[in-house]
Amino acid sequence: MDIDVRKVAMLSRIRLTDDEAAELGPQLSNIIGYVEQLSAVNTDGVEPIAHPHDIAMPQRVDAVTNSNRRDALQASAPKTESGLYVVPKVIE
Amino acid sequence: MPFSTLSDIQSRLDAGQTTAVAVAKTYLDRIAAFNGDLNAFVDIDPAHVLEQAEASDAYRAKHGARALEGLPIAVKDIFCTQDGPTRCCSNILKDFHAPYDAHVITRLKEAGAVLVGKTNMDEFAMGSSTETSAFGPCRNPWDLERIPGGSSGGSASAVAAALAPAALGTDTGGSIRQPASVCGITGLKPTYGRVSRRGIIAFASSLDQAGPMARTVKDAAMIAAAISGHDSMDSTSVPDAPAVDWLGACDKTDMKGLRIGKPKEYFVDGMDAGVRAAIDAALAECAALGAEIVDISLPHTDAAVAAYYVIAPSEASANLSRYDAVRFGHRCENPEDLLDMYTRSRDEGFGAEVKRRILTGTFALSSGYYDAYYIKAQQVRTLIRQDFIDAFEQVDVIATPTSPITAFKLGEKTDDPLTMYLSDIFTIAINLAGLPGMSQPCGFVEGLPVGLQWIAPAWREDLILNAASAYEAATDWVKTPINFGGEA
Repeated sequence: MDIDVRKVAMLSRIRLTDDEAAELGPQLSNIIGYVEQLSAVNTDGVEPIAHPHDIAMPQRVDAVTNSNRRDALQASAPKTESGLYVVPKVIE
Repeated sequence: MPFSTLSDIQSRLDAGQTTAVAVAKTYLDRIAAFNGDLNAFVDIDPAHVLEQAEASDAYRAKHGARALEGLPIAVKDIFCTQDGPTRCCSNILKDFHAPYDAHVITRLKEAGAVLVGKTNMDEFAMGSSTETSAFGPCRNPWDLERIPGGSSGGSASAVAAALAPAALGTDTGGSIRQPASVCGITGLKPTYGRVSRRGIIAFASSLDQAGPMARTVKDAAMIAAAISGHDSMDSTSVPDAPAVDWLGACDKTDMKGLRIGKPKEYFVDGMDAGVRAAIDAALAECAALGAEIVDISLPHTDAAVAAYYVIAPSEASANLSRYDAVRFGHRCENPEDLLDMYTRSRDEGFGAEVKRRILTGTFALSSGYYDAYYIKAQQVRTLIRQDFIDAFEQVDVIATPTSPITAFKLGEKTDDPLTMYLSDIFTIAINLAGLPGMSQPCGFVEGLPVGLQWIAPAWREDLILNAASAYEAATDWVKTPINFGGEA
């Protein structure tokens, strides 16, 4: 299969240099070519599973259980100001 | 001492023959001497290790010993720890310090363990050789030209060379069992949901599970006992999981009445003849111990790798979308706008294998392809799980090779990602089915260790420990590499 690696990269929010695109494009096609063998498996009437066990997600009481740890949580952020995350201007 | 088991060290600590500080110093000295050769640890803070050991000795003197009192345990760089960096061996997290401890780290601390540094791994646990690490490849103590397996290669290498008596790893498609196999140690992947995933940097959420890597079955069980159990803060941690008598399960010395399934799909052409011979010999030993070997079939085995390489990258592409250069992680210099910041930061921060997986997953989940790839893979997952359910109608446990080959050479498979993916051919289906699996040493081929894999029904780690303990007691394959001070 021929895959538009630049389009997939944009969906992934990864910029690819020309060299990377030239290398990753054929590799991605190979990987997808390999997994296409799944189409040979008869799955008529088979339920898909997203999780190994047949159990419902547990629910907890809808109550605040955590304290305010803003400073600790923001300590690894690239850029903050007054407790807010700073990013490039979004709206002109 | 360095090649002592965790339980031996525990006995000596309990008898007052040594102290946690003395034990810690032994391993710190070995790390200082040998880590340059192996690159098993990517972060080590000796002063902090000694502080923990001193605190453990003080705790023992005052209150008595907890379950892992004073025992040094290394942890893979994927576990969030408040102390020191947590980088998942990725440049995108090179400056990251976790604001909280992973649940399993809290459990180890509460059990009195001394945490010894962070071990090397494939970036974001994506790999089978520990060559995709941003901190350089890790090496196998049995042959420094060879890989230690992956992705928990640093933990396996560290334990095999006795830079630590035991370690934690994680296993998404074989990342505990395959490195344990090629480094000649014992590694256990518990049933999915047995161990909390909170604070373990996510790769593929429906597959990831943490577990112990150790010298012996009992040592692995000691750690599994400490880290298992429900965590209300992880929605995939199972609240009413059937309990296991972890240590009691390790007392078994025979296999009388045990039915061991030998799946024909795991004894294929193309597997190493020496590996096959070692596994056949191991199964003969099991028969001699009283087990009945039953030929079985797991008919959808061939599709497991393909299903995995849709499901795992799909989940990874979603999980790794959090690295947006806003809340944590690498941000590029002088971004022009938001899109430039996202795309350039992620290009600079992620290595090639991580990008391949994100792209694969994004493609499989993208509009027009979702049903053909992602839903199809999830249906195949159902069939693979059903194969095991059917097989366990006939047998108690299943035995297979952990890997079709022994440790390969560094660089041997890096050019072709697909060849690398096939190294996990015998471990992947167990993750898709959510079952417990263990690798234990069962022989050598040309000086390189071979691993025997045990698989049990969900929640029946006790059956694995029974069989593996009996096999370990009857054989002598727990060896130590001579170049690292072992007796060969």
